[in-house]
Amino acid sequence: MDSDLSPQDKKDLDKFIKFFALKTVQVIVQARLGEKICTRSSSSPTGSDWFNLAIKDIPEVTHEAKKALAGQLPGIGRSMCVEISLKTSEGDSMELETWCLEMNEKCDKDIKVSYTVYNRLSVLLKSLLAITRVTPAYKLSRKQGHDYVILYRIYFGEVQLSGLGEGFQTVRVGVVGTPVGTVTLSCAYRTNLAFMSNRQFERSAPIMGIIVDHFVDPPCSSQRPTHMGQPCNYRAPDEEDGGTFAGVQDSQEVCTTSFSTSPPSQLYTSRLSYQPAALAGAAELCHPAANPNQVIHRSVSSSFMLLTDPYGDDDGLSQSAEGRRDEGRRSVSPSDPVESLSAFTRKVGAFVNKPSTQITAASLDLPFAAFAPRGLDSEENDPMVINMLTDIFCASLHSQGSEGSGQQDDFVMVDFRPAFSKDDLLPMDLGTFYREFQNPPQLASLSLHISSQSMADDLDSLPEKLRVYEKNIDEFDAFVDMLQ
Amino acid sequence: MLALLHTILLHRSTGKFHYKKEGTYSIGTVGTLDIDCDFIDFTFVRVSSEELDRVIRKAVSEFKDALSNSGSDGMGQISLEFYQKKKSRWPFSDECIPWEVWSIKVNVVNLANEQERQICREKVGEKLGEKVINVVEVINRHEYLPKMPTQSEVDNVFDTSLKDVQPYLYKITYQITDSLGTSVSTTMRRLIKDTLAL
Repeated sequence: MDSDLSPQDKKDLDKFIKFFALKTVQVIVQARLGEKICTRSSSSPTGSDWFNLAIKDIPEVTHEAKKALAGQLPGIGRSMCVEISLKTSEGDSMELETWCLEMNEKCDKDIKVSYTVYNRLSVLLKSLLAITRVTPAYKLSRKQGHDYVILYRIYFGEVQLSGLGEGFQTVRVGVVGTPVGTVTLSCAYRTNLAFMSNRQFERSAPIMGIIVDHFVDPPCSSQRPTHMGQPCNYRAPDEEDGGTFAGVQDSQEVCTTSFSTSPPSQLYTSRLSYQPAALAGAAELCHPAANPNQVIHRSVSSSFMLLTDPYGDDDGLSQSAEGRRDEGRRSVSPSDPVESLSAFTRKVGAFVNKPSTQITAASLDLPFAAFAPRGLDSEENDPMVINMLTDIFCASLHSQGSEGSGQQDDFVMVDFRPAFSKDDLLPMDLGTFYREFQNPPQLASLSLHISSQSMADDLDSLPEKLRVYEKNIDEFDAFVDMLQ
Repeated sequence: MLALLHTILLHRSTGKFHYKKEGTYSIGTVGTLDIDCDFIDFTFVRVSSEELDRVIRKAVSEFKDALSNSGSDGMGQISLEFYQKKKSRWPFSDECIPWEVWSIKVNVVNLANEQERQICREKVGEKLGEKVINVVEVINRHEYLPKMPTQSEVDNVFDTSLKDVQPYLYKITYQITDSLGTSVSTTMRRLIKDTLAL
């Protein structure tokens, strides 16, 4: 094979391939730095301008590449690979792409090394420049920052594509035939970027009584799938970045609809108040001040509501009798976010104090453990609701897959045993959990003596509120127009 | 109007990276520049040469004006042709022999509201990415490139008018067809014109 190649040509070819490999690594890494690259054209070449392209050499990268090559050249069976991966601030990492420079045995004997091969390698480098901006990892790398960083790794030898997940795509940048083999440059990139949030989730799921991430995660990831590595909403109250606002707009829409069947929503508020460390936002909910920051805090509670919305809808139906008792006051509140927020704040007090005496150290871990020791009330709810709730929470708990009682009759007191649940850990028992949900404690607002007072207050403040909202009607209209 | 700008930017991005074929043949180096498209979530690489940039932009904005003048639902095609000049004997003038022609067909799309525009933006961004890959694939087939000329024949192969880069000789032409599809007549007209232009 080498007999056809003159020693000078062989030397040149080796040099070209070596520098091509180094330049390839430079291009790839520079493309993932997250900045726009800008180099100047010049009519007088310098010694480092290989392949007639002005590619800056980052010394670290050159050092790493030389270390990986260890004096060898990419050859048949010895590929040079650059692996690009993403690492979040929490330590999760995921491979995004693998760029491979390979050589196969197909030789092109007739080609002229010093001229044609050189030019073709130059064209290949230009193609690499273009393709590095096209793969999905480019967009991710442009957005890297405090949430995640992009890392690279250079290795030599066998290509490893297993870390790219299922369904990864390959794009071939180009080939150049040389007398000793054909140089191929290709990129395999991951397409399943959603894997990231699932992995975060899987890590936390098996432990019961986890922090609030456990329950806020699914709606969070469904709302913002493209925000890789964005930890859940419990950080959202502290961060007022654009992404959070975007999420809030959506959740505001959802909020208004879910408030229409609002009674259960107050339950959720109380749960939020149990997460002392994680949900800093919950404490803020108690402040009646209506300022723009409240909007962000509400996104926490509203995303919580997304998860349990079906329950809310159904429960509202069964409690419509009580709702009517309040003369449809609740039907007025949902259309207005700020008013609902104040409705929220009023109700929080009802639950924060009540079960506090019953909170034990162990049950603090489980958000709903506070409900567990309480006895059954006489209120009856639709068992269908329980089934639905069971489904939702079972999915998120990754634990029992029970379907609940299966009874379809209304107003039947059933003492059901949920399948697959254990009775030994009493506060964590699924059965008691269901029971509590079946029979939530009497809502403070529904008890007559308090309701009459609060209703009077509400009615008094209504005209004033209406005046304020009418004044701001232009703002609301502009907002609606903007959304369309 | 925004739809037109879309197409124009689509243009600009594909038009620019065509200049992968500029050679520098032992003269100089070519620098590169990353450009983010304004209306589409896409970044492309172009040669860092302001003169070349200006030439391309001018051609593209002419195309854009022609498209917008043709009516709301226009279709157009812009072609980038690489050619070689071949000196012929007198009295004929130099022949231009294209050795590679890239044609981009453009459809103007009217978008009704912000949501549609957003969806369109994303789709266009993805399509652009695919087109870049296609272009690269074709270029890497290394099918034909003019031979490197001697000093005296440089002008027949390369465009030496720019001072920092030296692309192959190229020509940008465009044609607009309106939605009634009168392209057949325009093609005929063009054929006749071309044969007469020899």
